[in-house]
Amino acid sequence: MFLDSKAPEGPLAEKWDQHKFNVKLVNPANKRKYDVIVVGTGLAGASAAASLAELGYNVHAFTYHDSPRRAHSIAAQGGINAAKNYQNDGDSVFRLFYDTIKGGDYRAREANVYRLAQVSVSIIDQCVAQGVPFAREYGGLLANRSFGGAQVSRTFYARGQTGQQLLLGAYSALSRQVAYGKVKLHTRSEMLDLVVADGKAAGIVTRNLLTGAVENHAAHAVVLATGGYGNVFYLSTNAMYCNVTAAWRAHKRGAYFANPCFTQIHPTCIPVSGDYQSKLTLMSESLRNDGRVWVPATKELAERLRKGEIKVSDLKEDDRDYFLERKYPAFGNLVPRDVASRNAKQMCDEGRGVGSTGLAVYLDFADVIGRIGADAVSQKYGNLFAMYEKITDEDPYKLPMRIYPAVHYTMGGLWVDYNLQTTVPGLYATGESNFSDHGANRLGASALMQGLADGYFVIPYTIGDYLARTAPKPVDTSHPAFAEAGQAVQERTAKLLSINGNRTPDQFHKVLGHIMWEYCGMARNAEGLTFAKAEIQKLKREFWQDLKITGTNEELNQALEKAGRVADFIELGELMIDDALDRNESCGGHFREEYQTPEGEALRDDENYAYVAAWEFMGENEPERLNKEELQFENVKLTQRSYK
Amino acid sequence: MAGSNPNAKPMNLTLNVWRQPSRTAQGNMVKYQVKDISPEMSFLEMLDVLNEDLLHKGDDPVAFDHDCREGICGSCDLFINGRSHGPEKGTTTCQLHMRKFSDGDTITIEPWRANSFPINKDLSVDRSAFDRIIQAGGYVSVNTGGAPDGNEIPIPKDIADRAFEAATCIGCGACVAACKNASAMLFVSAKVSQLALLPQGDVERKTRVENMVAQMDKEGFGACSNIGSCAAECPVGISLENIAILNREFLSAKATSNNLA
Repeated sequence: MFLDSKAPEGPLAEKWDQHKFNVKLVNPANKRKYDVIVVGTGLAGASAAASLAELGYNVHAFTYHDSPRRAHSIAAQGGINAAKNYQNDGDSVFRLFYDTIKGGDYRAREANVYRLAQVSVSIIDQCVAQGVPFAREYGGLLANRSFGGAQVSRTFYARGQTGQQLLLGAYSALSRQVAYGKVKLHTRSEMLDLVVADGKAAGIVTRNLLTGAVENHAAHAVVLATGGYGNVFYLSTNAMYCNVTAAWRAHKRGAYFANPCFTQIHPTCIPVSGDYQSKLTLMSESLRNDGRVWVPATKELAERLRKGEIKVSDLKEDDRDYFLERKYPAFGNLVPRDVASRNAKQMCDEGRGVGSTGLAVYLDFADVIGRIGADAVSQKYGNLFAMYEKITDEDPYKLPMRIYPAVHYTMGGLWVDYNLQTTVPGLYATGESNFSDHGANRLGASALMQGLADGYFVIPYTIGDYLARTAPKPVDTSHPAFAEAGQAVQERTAKLLSINGNRTPDQFHKVLGHIMWEYCGMARNAEGLTFAKAEIQKLKREFWQDLKITGTNEELNQALEKAGRVADFIELGELMIDDALDRNESCGGHFREEYQTPEGEALRDDENYAYVAAWEFMGENEPERLNKEELQFENVKLTQRSYK
Repeated sequence: MAGSNPNAKPMNLTLNVWRQPSRTAQGNMVKYQVKDISPEMSFLEMLDVLNEDLLHKGDDPVAFDHDCREGICGSCDLFINGRSHGPEKGTTTCQLHMRKFSDGDTITIEPWRANSFPINKDLSVDRSAFDRIIQAGGYVSVNTGGAPDGNEIPIPKDIADRAFEAATCIGCGACVAACKNASAMLFVSAKVSQLALLPQGDVERKTRVENMVAQMDKEGFGACSNIGSCAAECPVGISLENIAILNREFLSAKATSNNLA
């Protein structure tokens, strides 16, 4: 199928304004006649639900949490980018656009990214008006910092809890609409299928997590804001409940899944400590502004350190290799995430890693503490240092932090056009659940920006264009597609409960995560990917024969919930491997070992791979079909990324 | 990582856990043994070990709420040895690590106990009362679009910082569980203070505090008797000062009310 991005013609800077004028409007008196389902209440979902309700639409918001405020956006630490240029340091909409396109290794759509940079400025205004307590300077104006990979200070923040403050802002806007009766909130409701009737999204099927009741919900349009799929790796910085199920079911109902292999490995996480580990904790990238990354200069020193024969403090300056500063003098410790992660892995592969497992590098604050004092450092990073100490029992004011890369964000997701509409008419995807803006690598502080851009400032316009072409007639669940989808959900649940094998959902999930991390993680090659594909197919067969869960459907059954999510992760894992195998180049977070420069940097192949890989579901156990959206670059020149 | 304490020895523990099949069913404490618990584990990872064990035996795992495991989402909510989130100050259950316990310990694990937080199952409770309190007024009534430039209204740094401190509440409910009256004053005051301190919240400050307090009462939370156990047990350090601000805001709103509702 030809994938029409629907990106408007005309000069880059005028596309969005022109498009806003061209889209159809829904008559104000008719808006209340339209029902819109929004799945997910994180930044993208809560902002969309609130904004659509403010416009007058009837919104049904769904979350599997007990409250909308629990969504994982809340855990974002570092900040949110906006092209305000408050710091007079040369920022502009075009520069934010350019940095994002380049940072994404030229695998994102120009028009979308430019729009993102444009609306970024309105996000900050909106959040301030909501009472989001951003950090401020003594003169009372908003403070900024520079953040991972940016050479201007365009990141707005609320200490190390920016995601929390932004989400609570969106949650408050959502709560206001709940109080007005314009949003009907469905908590502890998990979307388990999309209903497509007569070729259009017509509603969803949910399971009430407290009672097990399977419910059908109809609407004129459905917005998925269901986050990323990093938990396919088992260990990630994602929250425990984060999953791909809603997006995956939509995929199986016709929504193409784009660039699934583009996953971001964040360089600064607390290292794994044991087999029991359930998740990994991120240490904000902002720490790289002041922390210096290093490993012992030689393998021998690293070995003695790991054995406890010497201490960190025994290592003199000459014994330390500040490898990012050495290799990338221009960007130093602030190189983008993919570059920082790969280099940390390389140091550990060389045997120079630290900590008992050797899978860690140091992030050292001694210099900045010496320069501005521990109190000032605490002002900036106090909560992060405290969190580190709670987890590791080590004081980062005295000892350098140990960090290692971990799965953090997924750039891939449901394919959407410029309107954020998927290949299923009436089905939209926003925030991390779509693929659209970050290409092959996301820049720091851009996830919050994209989630809120989509929800506050894009969807409210673009969904109107679709609804205006849809008759304002009441919807119901009488179409046979609802009964079919509802029954499929019930049968699948019954199947999961009836296998009665020997292995728990977590056991399968751990095996899957291991396969994905080893063969489809920071470095990939064709041989490993081919092997992993067979392993995953085997795992899928075993899952449906040997799963063990207890209890019934008609109760709060967390093992059952987990089992359904793991089943979908296994299928997604296979698609990620297909995608990684197809892409015979290295770009951003996708590093194929066969394709690298002599210096070991990612080697893109723009001639053959400057496309979005959009995968089409062809039936159970059938190979998926690859559709390509060729990316056109009219405003930036494709160059090899260099941070040297 | 193990590197931080290579000599840490695995522990064997006895757990007393509240089990209750559903909201209306009778519950009781059940004793479990867990073995080889690493001191480096988080408390919830220890419960994961228990649940895997129960599943393998064909028993029902213990239901509990959790999600981010980073201390910020506010989902986890265990009453451990008679304290909200357990023995470590300023720490959520998910960030509590087993190194705070010793081999051979008996640990009692209960859900939040408050009439306004009915039990869903086992250790999971229904905290939707908090959402309804926020819906009653915990916001600034601004629609998307049309907001003035973010730097239009300067806010003194110390005011912004105080508003931020209040805004860091994670909505876990530890304050309610710690209070002998099951009062929600600390939770409500955190939001009231945040918005009362900021110029953006000034326009609606009177109706906000009146409506939020009215909803708090309607939900059946108890009165505040100024003991301060809420703030002492709050995992993110929400200050008791916020309750003073709430009382002041409430009094001044009532005295000069323009809330005609």
